[in-house]
Amino acid sequence: MTTIPSPDQLAPDEQHVPLYAARQRVYPQAVHGTVRQVKWAVLILCLSVYYLVPWLRWDRGPGLPNQAVLVDMAHGRLFFFWLEIWPQEVYYLTGLLVLGAIAIFAATSVAGRVWCGFACPQTVWTDLFMLVERWIEGDRNARMRRDRKPRWSWQDRGRKVAKHAAWLFIAQATGGAWVNYFNDAPTLFMQFLTFQVPMGVLGFMLLFTFTTYLLAGWAREQVCTYMCPWPRFQSAMLDADSFVVAYRAWRGEKRGKARDRGKALTEIAPAGRSATVAALAEAAMPQTIGDCVDCGACVHACPTGVDIRDGYQMGCIGCGLCIDACDDIMRKLHRAPGLIAFETDANLAASAAATRALPAGEARLGPGMAARRIPKLIRPRTVMYAGVVAVVGALMLYGLATRQDVALDVLRDRQPVYVRLSDGGIRNGYALKLSDRRHASTQLAVQVEGLPRGATWQVLDGPGTDAAGRPLVATRADGVAEWRLLVTTPAAALPEGESTPLTIRLLPPGGGNALASRATVFLRPKP
Amino acid sequence: MANAPERDAHSGTTTTGHEWDGLKELNTPLPTWWLWTFYATILFSVVWLVLYPALPFTGTGLLGSIARQEADADHAARITAAEPMLARLRQASQPEILADPELRAYAIAGGRTAFGNTCAGCHGAGGQGAPGGFPSLADDDWLWGGHLAEIEQTIRHGIRAPDDAETRLSQMPRFLADGMLTAMQVNDVAEYVLGLSGRGTDATAAARGAPLFAENCVACHGERGEGNRELGAPSLADAVWLYGGDKASVVRSISFARAGVMPAWGARLDPAVIRMLVVYLHSLGGTEGQ
Ligand code: SF4
Ligand code: SF4
Repeated sequence: MTTIPSPDQLAPDEQHVPLYAARQRVYPQAVHGTVRQVKWAVLILCLSVYYLVPWLRWDRGPGLPNQAVLVDMAHGRLFFFWLEIWPQEVYYLTGLLVLGAIAIFAATSVAGRVWCGFACPQTVWTDLFMLVERWIEGDRNARMRRDRKPRWSWQDRGRKVAKHAAWLFIAQATGGAWVNYFNDAPTLFMQFLTFQVPMGVLGFMLLFTFTTYLLAGWAREQVCTYMCPWPRFQSAMLDADSFVVAYRAWRGEKRGKARDRGKALTEIAPAGRSATVAALAEAAMPQTIGDCVDCGACVHACPTGVDIRDGYQMGCIGCGLCIDACDDIMRKLHRAPGLIAFETDANLAASAAATRALPAGEARLGPGMAARRIPKLIRPRTVMYAGVVAVVGALMLYGLATRQDVALDVLRDRQPVYVRLSDGGIRNGYALKLSDRRHASTQLAVQVEGLPRGATWQVLDGPGTDAAGRPLVATRADGVAEWRLLVTTPAAALPEGESTPLTIRLLPPGGGNALASRATVFLRPKP
Repeated sequence: MANAPERDAHSGTTTTGHEWDGLKELNTPLPTWWLWTFYATILFSVVWLVLYPALPFTGTGLLGSIARQEADADHAARITAAEPMLARLRQASQPEILADPELRAYAIAGGRTAFGNTCAGCHGAGGQGAPGGFPSLADDDWLWGGHLAEIEQTIRHGIRAPDDAETRLSQMPRFLADGMLTAMQVNDVAEYVLGLSGRGTDATAAARGAPLFAENCVACHGERGEGNRELGAPSLADAVWLYGGDKASVVRSISFARAGVMPAWGARLDPAVIRMLVVYLHSLGGTEGQ
């Protein structure tokens, strides 16, 4: 039986374990290198798309908005270049979101958190805010020095004010671009210049201004570590063949100063360290010092303040900036770059196994790199993710390709279920809802199939009949028209059962291929 | 208690001195922010009491706002907003309303709501009627006429409505109760009536009933029981039976007569609303033309 110790039985330092850890401010250092350049390119691309797309024009003819991408809330339409999505087609949006989610799963299983590190809005905007911060406040050391000062000079204060003003300006542009997706961008811009922005729009603009400023300026890596659910389960998509940002410990350990290389470990063992630990370490790694000079550049560069040498971890967003930082150090030391790299777990293990017996340092580089294999791209998880992406994508394409201009919905009357006529016949009523995406109204003939001989159908107050005697309905241009269809079976020709399946079709007047059809039933009292 | 308050050994907090079965209550004050929020809510409630009509017998509060009045004002505003449409409905004839898609859609929607308010209680939510004398308004059987003008007349003045001089009136005799026919004769007439819709079972009784029918019923229900809308006399030859078409029901109808009552709505509903009701009934599919 276990007894729970009372507080005074606990060791003194256990008695007050705070549940709240104060934030350690992160001061990322500027880095230069390939990854950084790719990140700048992605940043420019993402921001350009976001800010510029609402300004693209697309001529749809008179009376319709000419903005290429527009969510028109008032009229319930989503305009996307040549597409016009109606509210009842929200499943296209759902499909897009599903596609996006699975695509991120797939990307993660192949290359780790590339989404987080390169394209996530939180990363992109934080990167932009940090760039501004660096321009105005200086790099890591200057910023740390300023923040440690007990009193700020006027110049310090000026820089802080300038930084926040610049941040707020970017945040405002972000909020301003967001509302452009829901309003005509040029009109809104003019309203903005003349202080005539409607209150509702202004509210959303300010909301997005505020959240951008807060999340990219202040919260930064805390969004990734505390707020975002994705890091919590993204490791479920990773396996030994996924590329992640990794420190090649087989090459870097044991860390130490370059000039100590070649000396016996016992020689340089810190005085306080027990002789046994040093001896054990030496037994495992025959010759002393590896390639990591313990300069800390990788940690200083990290926007989330992570030490990647502790292994892959939740705080790491996979931005790869530590790779650039370390490569820079390696180049200065005339060592091969790639001590930190995009690498798979399998390769890390293979390299470690191949170099275990070798002395640390240069001797390990060749065999370690040679032991690496090209990771398997075709694995159950990648195949499944790709499969789901393909299926959802194909379904959406199919849906878009076979999308009809005219759609028919049929609502059977429920009250009364049927009407008994004076001659003993039975009549059922149906509401026909015709949506027509085209911008002109047309007339269509209604054909009802599945009725017993002698049954008739008529459209109440309809525009007439076609040559074959079928009742006509008229669609409403870019809208929904409602008509009432009355189907009557005379007493002499009542259908067999209580419920008879029917198909209602809309044909071009005079006949031809059905433009839309719906199945429904005809109901009568128990025979 | 003169001595300093007791201190709890575990937490270092003072106790309130209250003790239950050896458990002592710690004196942990409320957080300041909590306390101030609490005071703020009290202050808020006082302000609320003064501004809004919260205290009994003190009128409307400083803001002079009463939810009831706001609702009334809102209601009035909506009626004002609907007025142009209602005016058009009052002026247009029924065929004009049906020919104008906008007016027609408006009238059907408004009529459906008005029907739910005033008519559905007897005639059912979809106008399907109910057993025991509440006719279906969706079928093609009309006691007093199925043209839109006739339906409008019925809604306006009602049927046997006591408070309307122009109401539709007729009275069927109570043949058995008033001693005009014997029970035997009533049975014979009932057989004859069932035979009109091809459902008779006793040809000899029906033959006896034929002259009785000619003598007593034809005046209102017609030679072949086809009915007479001038008098609200239903057809006895069709498939629709307002009070039931089985023999027992028919015998009962002959013996004690039937006379349904419908209120006159002309004085209670806006003419535009009556218009909308008629258009809505037309949309149910049973009316007979304009
Ligand atoms: S930057 Fe490279 S060398 Fe410097 S501490 Fe990090 S891993 Fe070691
Ligand atoms: S550890 Fe490296 S890859 Fe991970 S977040 Fe930090 S800098 Fe980016």
